[in-house]
Amino acid sequence: MEKTVNHKAWFLVLPVMVLVSFSAVIPLMTVVNYSVQDTFGNNQFFWAGLEWFQEMLAEERMWNALGRQILFSAIILAIEVPLGIFVALNMPKSGFWSSFCLVLMSLPLLIPWNVVGTIWQIFGRVDIGLLGYTLESIGIDYNYTQDTFAAWVTIVVMDVWHWTSLVALLAFAGLKSIPDAYYQAAKIDQASRWKVFRYIELPKMAGVLMIAILLRFMDSFMIYTEPFVVTGGGPGNATTMLSIDLVKMALGQFDLGPAAAFSIMYFLVILLISWVFYTVMTNLDRREG
Amino acid sequence: MARITLDNLAHSYMAKPGSEDDYALKELNHVWEDGAAYALLGASGCGKSTLLNIISGLLQPSQGRILFDDRDVTHAATAERNIAQVFQFPVVYDTMTVRDNLAFPLRNRGAKAEYVAQRVNEIARMIGMEEMLNRKARGLTADAKQKISLGRGMVREDVSALLFDEPLTVIDPHMKWELRTQLKGLHNQFGHTMIYVTHDQTEALTFADKVVVMHDGRVVQIGTPEELFETPEHTFVGYFIGSPGMNVIPARIEGNRAYVNGAFVELAQGYGALEGKVEIGVRPEYARLSQTEGLPVNIRRIEDVGRHKIVRADFFGTDINIIAGEDDRISADMNRVSFDAAHVNVYADDWRVKGAA
Repeated sequence: MEKTVNHKAWFLVLPVMVLVSFSAVIPLMTVVNYSVQDTFGNNQFFWAGLEWFQEMLAEERMWNALGRQILFSAIILAIEVPLGIFVALNMPKSGFWSSFCLVLMSLPLLIPWNVVGTIWQIFGRVDIGLLGYTLESIGIDYNYTQDTFAAWVTIVVMDVWHWTSLVALLAFAGLKSIPDAYYQAAKIDQASRWKVFRYIELPKMAGVLMIAILLRFMDSFMIYTEPFVVTGGGPGNATTMLSIDLVKMALGQFDLGPAAAFSIMYFLVILLISWVFYTVMTNLDRREG
Repeated sequence: MARITLDNLAHSYMAKPGSEDDYALKELNHVWEDGAAYALLGASGCGKSTLLNIISGLLQPSQGRILFDDRDVTHAATAERNIAQVFQFPVVYDTMTVRDNLAFPLRNRGAKAEYVAQRVNEIARMIGMEEMLNRKARGLTADAKQKISLGRGMVREDVSALLFDEPLTVIDPHMKWELRTQLKGLHNQFGHTMIYVTHDQTEALTFADKVVVMHDGRVVQIGTPEELFETPEHTFVGYFIGSPGMNVIPARIEGNRAYVNGAFVELAQGYGALEGKVEIGVRPEYARLSQTEGLPVNIRRIEDVGRHKIVRADFFGTDINIIAGEDDRISADMNRVSFDAAHVNVYADDWRVKGAA
């Protein structure tokens, strides 16, 4: 069949293009603009080329933040994905308790980031917080404002509390889509619990789990609000994630050029890792098929 | 292999069943003889699958007992019962190869590798999938997947019974015939007790030694295909088996005559006084059109189905079917029907009444 060519069709795409330019392309270009120029205020700009990028790449501070960021994402993925699956497997499949669990599980997802941070900030305080005070009084040395390890434990536990539900809900949706006949056939075939998981449940959940992992990776890699509210990036720089560092640089020190260069690299890293994730996972999927 | 005894068995999906209507499976006593091939025939929703799932242990009955030989297995888990079951829709393990799928039930029981390989090859030959053993099960067509399911059901030799829950629904018609023949062959060869659930009478009649007809949660007749055809014990059996089904005509019985609207039909046997809803049942095969003999009918329509003609007619306000030979000439003045007295059955409240000669 011959393809119909009609250039008027472009008009139909125009609204979307306008929308996307204003919401994404133009703001991004502003950042690009800052990243290659230097300014001393008064709207006077001087061409700087790739200088800011070179400077940022040479800076240890950014590499340290990147290292912490990767470590953080790795830890929470390693906890939230298996835990989410485990929770989903143990949720009641139907009836009142199923709905009850679903509502209960959704609650943390409905709380604004800022509030989650505040809740844990207070919860963990040694003087008035239930968690901090209890730990302190049973003799465990816990102080997230001074101890690096305690600070990390706090923000990791907080993220697990906040987001495991998302993984669990997605996994649950995957589990619900498995027809009863599969479980019945597995019983007839005398498959063990582990084999039922490995050969029936996991393959059927693979699709949604991929989405869950991708979402959790992107979100955790961009995390800002909660650790900022709880630890403010401290003690020292111990919990300064990439976006906390970025905000410090851009708004705290007003180094717009380096911050813009930083942003662009940050954006590219997320894009790259997400792409790698997606490609590897869809390939895995295809190879299994 | 085992003889399976159902003792006072009944099942309801409700927690506290009250009346009999609450039971999906009404009280039932039956013995499935060791090594026989049974078909469980009935319309959708009549309790066939419920009964099957109770036998395989996927469902716990509300009351009664199930015995395998002399062992009570009512509360035994599926695994202990050593049953194979094939479901209506294909169940395959997508991420495994066809070979691993077929080997799965054997490996789960810790069978030796050589034995597994040998059995898998035998079964693959039987279902015609030798070429595909090494590919993944995902992405196969529905009938290929169902063949794998069938293969998994047949791979174990020592099963107590083989249960099939409408296994050929998704299979192409020509393949259906072939697989059914193979199942039958398998039965003749190994003599497993087989229970085959279906709503397709052809399937039931060709597969089984004995057909169990279910209607509304109740077993209405157990018999050979011939018995079901000649003497349906319940009007449902008459109507469900046969194409078209048995004609059921409201009548009044006096001795060996059935009165329909004042006219009468001769019966081969005499009957006493009957209570309730009284009807006579005649298969279309035993009704004959003629110009002179019998009672008046209005012919509505004649359908030529190839090997015979089906005459749809109105008989004193009841729709009846008459089967005429392909070469029989049917003329406009053939407006009378006669029934073969030996094949007229009498029913009271849907159950057949035996006459006295």
